[in-house]
Amino acid sequence: MTTSSEWAVEAHGLVKVFGDNRAVDGVDLTVRAGTVYGVLGPNGAGKTTTISMLATLLKPDGGEATIFGHDIRREQQVVRQLIGVTAQFASVDETLSATENLVIFSRLLGLSRADAKRKSAELLEEFGLAEAATRPLKKFSGGMRRRLDLAASLISQPPLLFLDEPTTGLDPRTRAQMWDTIRRLVATGSTVLLTTQYLDEADQLADRIAVIDTGRVVAEGTADELKASVGESSLQLRLADPADMEDARRAIAAVLGVEAVVSPEGSRITAPMRNPDTVTDLFVTFREAGIHLTEMSVQKPTLDEVFLTLTGHGVEEESGPGQDADEAERVNA
Amino acid sequence: MSAITITPPAQRKLKNHVSITQTVANSFTMAYRGLLKIKRTPEQLFDVTLQPIIFTLMFAYLFGGAISGDVQKYLPLLIPGILVQTVITTSVVTGVQLREDMDKGVFDRFKSLPIARIAPLAGALLADTLRYAIATTITFVVGFIIGYRPEGGVGFVILAGLLVVVCSWAISWIFAFFGVIARTAGSVQGISFLVLFPLTFLSNAYVPVDTLPDWLKWFATVNPVSHLVTAVRELANSGTFGADAWLALLGAAVVVAVFAPLTVRAYMRKA
Repeated sequence: MTTSSEWAVEAHGLVKVFGDNRAVDGVDLTVRAGTVYGVLGPNGAGKTTTISMLATLLKPDGGEATIFGHDIRREQQVVRQLIGVTAQFASVDETLSATENLVIFSRLLGLSRADAKRKSAELLEEFGLAEAATRPLKKFSGGMRRRLDLAASLISQPPLLFLDEPTTGLDPRTRAQMWDTIRRLVATGSTVLLTTQYLDEADQLADRIAVIDTGRVVAEGTADELKASVGESSLQLRLADPADMEDARRAIAAVLGVEAVVSPEGSRITAPMRNPDTVTDLFVTFREAGIHLTEMSVQKPTLDEVFLTLTGHGVEEESGPGQDADEAERVNA
Repeated sequence: MSAITITPPAQRKLKNHVSITQTVANSFTMAYRGLLKIKRTPEQLFDVTLQPIIFTLMFAYLFGGAISGDVQKYLPLLIPGILVQTVITTSVVTGVQLREDMDKGVFDRFKSLPIARIAPLAGALLADTLRYAIATTITFVVGFIIGYRPEGGVGFVILAGLLVVVCSWAISWIFAFFGVIARTAGSVQGISFLVLFPLTFLSNAYVPVDTLPDWLKWFATVNPVSHLVTAVRELANSGTFGADAWLALLGAAVVVAVFAPLTVRAYMRKA
């Protein structure tokens, strides 16, 4: 039980095979309690399948996993008492109202009739759905539905929350609200395991990220570590006078020892920055040569670049060929 | 953040099994959900309200003269038969609706909750007994309007109705099983009617068994639906709870004992 408080999720070599498709092919994940862990990958990479196995919705074909030290195969019911799951497609009853949905879930979780009503009202208030409480869900927007879904996952006050693509299909404003809610959840001590295909989202929310592609974890670490693994930051400069371009390039080659790239419009220079210390020397050289800058910035590699480097194929668009595989994931889940 | 708090694992009473009490409580909550759905979409009660009216009138005036000489004499034979057939037919819808329901996201949540695995199924089937009760009542009322006077009296008619509801609930486990294993709601309906038609028509529901050829007579006699029809006739027409009623209940128990575990297993495998 000593390990159960430290690690919310420990998974080793998880495998799930659908027919001859190894949807999840030996995934290792360890999530420290009280942190946000992002599983990042394109459609059909195996994210949903991995979460489904950890949440006891699917039986793994291989590997081991524990939730707070409880085995997902032998102690299914215990695991279910420790988790909340918000699936990619809102898992709420369309024909019923928001209150009815939450009351039914609360009753199923063993709350008395009065407690179920009180809890539902509190959660609806918390998620800004109090006014829509008695409206049928058919009239709910996508964002409202997601919020209700999240509220339903929080009834049992679970220490571990699975969020499968919590913001897919939401407009930017609703997405920002969802992020805010997730951050508040973590502030209460909850552990969150979320999947996303948005690099930005993983970067914003997650303490650690696993990049997953074709059923395997291809990289793992903090956002900064992942970015660093791709290579160095770059120095970006804009010159006051484009006529100085050649002098500037020569100075960079002399001081930094690297070849600078000139942007097509001709006034911006990008140079790899291996040693930030030498940048001071470069600026001194510029001043002595009378080269004036209008702008300078340091660009870290983006997760987009990370992804491209790690998988060699970049992040596919939502309507790309990954869609079929994603659909299969849902059907099988 | 008043409503959002977490209870850490160490402060929880965790157990890896579901007690009988919890199973019953979970099933009743699910049945409550089923009733709410019926309340929200009353149009799904069309079949249980219209079918008994149409079928009873149609069969009474179509076959009454041919089989029993006149409609009035046919009614004591027909009403119990049409009652059993109608209610069992409406239990097919249970399987179809279960399939449609299971395709919805909310079933993913049910699977992730620490509840009895049988509850979502048992609850849906339990809620549908309301549909059977409606169909039963309407059939008796239509029968009464066109001149059926059951001699067993109100008490035994109610008992007969309850017997039909219980047996149909049992039979709905068969269709629930199809509902769980089939891919689409349409195919559930297809398979179910393939089972349903021989079972209900090859019985003593509409015609006296004596008129049938030997091989068919044999099937119609052993057919559990025939026992149920006979039991309802005895209860409603003469107020006796005879051997056929016990046989019908035994048949119902066997169906549940076989199909409930099969259905739950298939459901969990899909899960």
